[in-house]
Amino acid sequence: MQGATQPSSSLWGGVGGGGVSVTLVQFIAGTPTLALPTRGRGTGFARMRLEYFEMIDQVTSLDRETKRIEVSSVVPQESPVFEGHFPGHPLVPGVLLTETMAQASGYLVLGLMGFTHMPFLMGVDKARFRTFVGPGTVLTVTASLEHEGSGYAVTKARITAEGKPICDAELRFRIMPFPEGMDGLMRAQAKRIGLLEENV
Amino acid sequence: MSSTFETVAGIISETADIPREQITPESHAIEDLGIDSLAFLDIAFAIDKAFGIKLPLEQWTQEVNEGKAPAEEYFVLKNLVARIDALVAAKQA
Repeated sequence: MQGATQPSSSLWGGVGGGGVSVTLVQFIAGTPTLALPTRGRGTGFARMRLEYFEMIDQVTSLDRETKRIEVSSVVPQESPVFEGHFPGHPLVPGVLLTETMAQASGYLVLGLMGFTHMPFLMGVDKARFRTFVGPGTVLTVTASLEHEGSGYAVTKARITAEGKPICDAELRFRIMPFPEGMDGLMRAQAKRIGLLEENV
Repeated sequence: MSSTFETVAGIISETADIPREQITPESHAIEDLGIDSLAFLDIAFAIDKAFGIKLPLEQWTQEVNEGKAPAEEYFVLKNLVARIDALVAAKQA
């Protein structure tokens, strides 16, 4: 997810982008829980690529009733990111852990809304980084929808590894219409991580 | 001064880092207090939580942008407070 842009020319450029009315609940349809098949790596799901901001390997569940998503990712053994962070002591930067929580939250919102609008990260609150994350770490990322506002959404997300807390934060998103052409690309990304297998 | 106004003024002061004494019922959130859209979404979140409502910000913004309502109708604080009170009353009804 990227930072929110602010189109101009009208009142604030339109809260939520052009004043298009959005609610998450109205798009929730189908089975209450989307239990996605777990697959081993190398069988179709991509690996985490830090330098390309591809932070999610696989969506493992999306529960429409509790409005919660769980995803998994495996930190690669090698990445250009590790050349600088830090030399001789590779650690996933906190900003990328935040991005990972934001992407999990974003896919949650996209899934609940049926890919009708795009969530853009606009705020990070109460972020805590509780331990280091190195190459090869298997991450479990969960995000739940805390509040559905008018043109925005708030999630709480956390990352664990082997059950131990890595980090957590409260994230806020501005919900806007897809920029032209982005819809299909986001659907392709969602398919890559297994979110669209059941035609969300 | 209503308790709703006091709550809203406190939220705006804390969220937008505006001295409380500058915030009056006549203040225009955008023109007088300089609150931008992202800051107002933070304020809306705090108001939603504090009052258990959902401010229809998108609808208001659309009406203003389409010329169907003046911005003052929603963003002068005394008017905003009146709308919050109405939303709370509607929820309780």
